[in-house]
Amino acid sequence: MDGMPIIHTEGLTKKYGSKVAVSELNLDIYPGEIFGLLGPNGAGKTTTTLMLLGLSEPTLGKAWIDGKDCTREPIAVKRIVGYLPDNVGFYSDMTGRENLRFTGRLNGLPDELIEKRIDELLEKVGMTEAADQKTGTYSRGMRQRLGVADVLMKDPKVVIMDEPTLGIDPEGMRELMELIRRLAAEDGRTILISSHQLYQIQQICDRVGLFVEGNLVACGKIDELARSMQQEGVSILETAAFPDDAGFRELLESLGNVDSVERTGDFYVVRSRYDVKRELLRRSLDAGYTLSLIRQRENDLDEIYRRYFEEAGEEHEVGDGKRAKRFGIFGKAGR
Amino acid sequence: MKSETVREQNVSESSARQADDRGPAGGTAALADVSAQEVIAAAAADIAAPANKAASADKAAPADEAAADIGTSKHSREKTERNGKNGRYAGNNRAHSGLYALYRKEMADHLHSGRFLIVLALILLTSYASLYGAVSNLSDAVASDSDYIFLKLFTLSGSTIPSFTTFIALLGPFVGLTLGFDAINSERSEGTLNRLISQPIYRDAVINGKFLAGATIILVMVLSMGLFIGAVGILKTGIPPTAEEVGRAAVFLLFTAVYICFWLALSILFSVLCRHAATSAMLGIGLWIFFALFMSLVASIVAGALYPINDTATVGRVLDNYECQTMINRLSPYYLYSEAVSTIMDPTVRTTNLVLPQQLSGAITGYLSLGQSVLLVWPHLTGLAALTAVMFAGSYIGFMRREVRSR
Repeated sequence: MDGMPIIHTEGLTKKYGSKVAVSELNLDIYPGEIFGLLGPNGAGKTTTTLMLLGLSEPTLGKAWIDGKDCTREPIAVKRIVGYLPDNVGFYSDMTGRENLRFTGRLNGLPDELIEKRIDELLEKVGMTEAADQKTGTYSRGMRQRLGVADVLMKDPKVVIMDEPTLGIDPEGMRELMELIRRLAAEDGRTILISSHQLYQIQQICDRVGLFVEGNLVACGKIDELARSMQQEGVSILETAAFPDDAGFRELLESLGNVDSVERTGDFYVVRSRYDVKRELLRRSLDAGYTLSLIRQRENDLDEIYRRYFEEAGEEHEVGDGKRAKRFGIFGKAGR
Repeated sequence: MKSETVREQNVSESSARQADDRGPAGGTAALADVSAQEVIAAAAADIAAPANKAASADKAAPADEAAADIGTSKHSREKTERNGKNGRYAGNNRAHSGLYALYRKEMADHLHSGRFLIVLALILLTSYASLYGAVSNLSDAVASDSDYIFLKLFTLSGSTIPSFTTFIALLGPFVGLTLGFDAINSERSEGTLNRLISQPIYRDAVINGKFLAGATIILVMVLSMGLFIGAVGILKTGIPPTAEEVGRAAVFLLFTAVYICFWLALSILFSVLCRHAATSAMLGIGLWIFFALFMSLVASIVAGALYPINDTATVGRVLDNYECQTMINRLSPYYLYSEAVSTIMDPTVRTTNLVLPQQLSGAITGYLSLGQSVLLVWPHLTGLAALTAVMFAGSYIGFMRREVRSR
C-alpha cells in the first residue's frame, strides 16, 4: 500500500488504574486495506478500537483517522467510521428495516437516501426476506449480517469490526468473510478486524498486528511474519509410526535440537530448530519403526501466533503463571 | 483509489438530481456556492451547539478552522462541491438530527409499548373512579359551600374513593417510573448502546432524547387527563368553570407534570447507575413507597427525638416539634406536591405553615386570589423543579462519565 495511512496512532496508551490496557501503540493502516488485530481476550483490542472511535479517552498518545483527531473530533470521526461492536444488538421490537432507518436518521441522512440505501444494503447482506421481521426473532448470524448493513448505512470510509466471527456457523462465517472481502475490494473501504479466531482472519487479512498484554508484538503481512520466523529457524513436523508405543516418543525426543514433542490425535507434532526429517527417517528404520506419516507443517498464522506468545509469555512470566496458562487454552481455541 | 471513484459517482448523481430540482439555470457552480455557505453556517451552528457543553473550547476550535478552510482554500471548496448532497444534509440539522431522531424513536417506542397502554388505562380508570366519587358527593358539598364547584371535581373524595389529587399524588410516581426505569440499562444489556453512541451524535443526545420524550409523554398524559375530567365534569354538573378555576386547574396540571417528571428523572438516574432493569425498578418503587407511606413516620420520629413532647412541654416546644416535622416532610416530593396542590385547588387555604388562632383574630374570611395562591406554592414549584434538575444532572453526569463497553 502506498500514500498516507488512513488510521494513524502515535504512542497510544490507555491505563485503568495501574493496569495498562494498551501500551505505546504505534499503528499505521492504509486505505483499502484489511487489517487484522489479533490477540487473546483482554489483550487490549477492544480498548484500542474504542479509542479510535473516540468513545474512550486515551491516557497518553494520539490517534487520527483520515486526518481527524479521534479524541478531539469524535463526531467527525464517527461520521466516516462504521463500528460493528462485539455481539451487536438491535431493538428487538423493531424490524430490521426500522433499525436501519433509525441508524440512517441518527446519521442525519435524508429520507429518500435512507430508503434507497436500506434496500441496497439488505440485498448486499442477503437479508431482504427477513427485513420486515422483528429483530428479536433473528438468529445470531442474521444479527451479524444486519450489523454489517447497519455499519454501511453511513457509507463509511473505515469499518471497524470487533470479533465479527464469534458464534457464527461455518457457512455463515464463509459468507461473512466473502462480504468483508468485497467491502474492501469493491468499495475500497478500509477494514480493521479485531479477533482471536486466527483461521478466518488469515484468509482475508492483508496485514495483521499481534497484540499481547496491550503491546503490539508483531505487525506485517502474514507471509512476512512467517518468513521472519523461518529465519529464526523453526521447523514443525507431523509424524506417526507403527508400532505406536512409548519408544517412538523417546526416539523423537532424542533427535537433535528438538524443542518439544506433542501428541495431537494419532500423530506427534515435533518442533525443532532445523529440519530433522533425514535423521528421523534413518533412526526410526534402525529402531524398527515404520513411519506412517511424515509431513512438514506450513508456517501458518497459528504457529506465528504461538511463537510470539511464547516470546511475550517468557517476558511476562515473572510472577504470573495464570497468564501463561491462558495462552495455552487460547492456542487450542485457535485450532 | 476505487472508493474515490465510487464516491464521486454517487455524489455527482446526487448533485445532478439537485441541479434538476433547481432547474437548469442554477447549475453546479451556484450549487457549490450555496452548499459552501450552508456548510459554513453549519459549522457556525456547530460552534454554537456545543457551547453549552463541557468541551466547547475543544470542539469549537476545529470547527472554526473548518469554516475558515471552506471559506478560503480551493481544495476544500472542491470538496464541498463534490459532497454537494452530503454538505446539505451535513448542514444545520446534523448536530441536532441525532437528538431529534432519538426523540422520535423514544416517542414511538413509548406509544407502541404495552406498558404505556397499561399505565394509561390505569390512570384513566382512576380518573373516572375519583370523578364518580366526587360527582356523587358534589350535591352535599355544594349545599355547605357553593363556590368553586369546578375545582371540587378534582379535590372532593367520594365516600369510599379518594379524590383525584390524592390518586395522582400516589400514582403519578408509577407513571414516571414506568417510563424511565430501563431507559439506559436495557440499551446496555441489549447491546444497542455502543452501536448508538458510535453514530455521529453527541453522547448526551441519548439521555436528553430519552428524558425529553418521557417528559413529552407525561405532559400529554396530564393534559389529556385534565381535559377529560373537565369535560366529564361540565357534562355532569352543567356548570361552566370560571376563568380563575381554569387557571387553578392549569397550575395544578403543571405541578402534576413537574412532579411526574421528577420521578422520570429519578428512574433514569437509577437506570444509569444500575446494571439491571429489575434493580432500578425496585429502587424506584422502594423510594416511591417510602415517600408516600413512611416519610411522615420518619419525620415524626426525628422531630420527637429532637423536640420531645412530654407533660411539661411548653407551647414553644410543641411549635418547634411541629415545624421540624413539616420541614423534614417537605424533603419528600410527595409531601411537597400534596401540600402545593391542596393550596392551589382550595382557595380558602391561606398559608402552608402553622397559624395560631391569635394570628387569625380579626382576619376577614374570604378567598385567596389565584396570584396569591401561586405565590404561596412558588417555593414548592421551585423545589420540585430543582429536585428534578438535580436528578437529571446526576443521570447526565453518570451517563457521560460511564465507560461504554460491550455488554
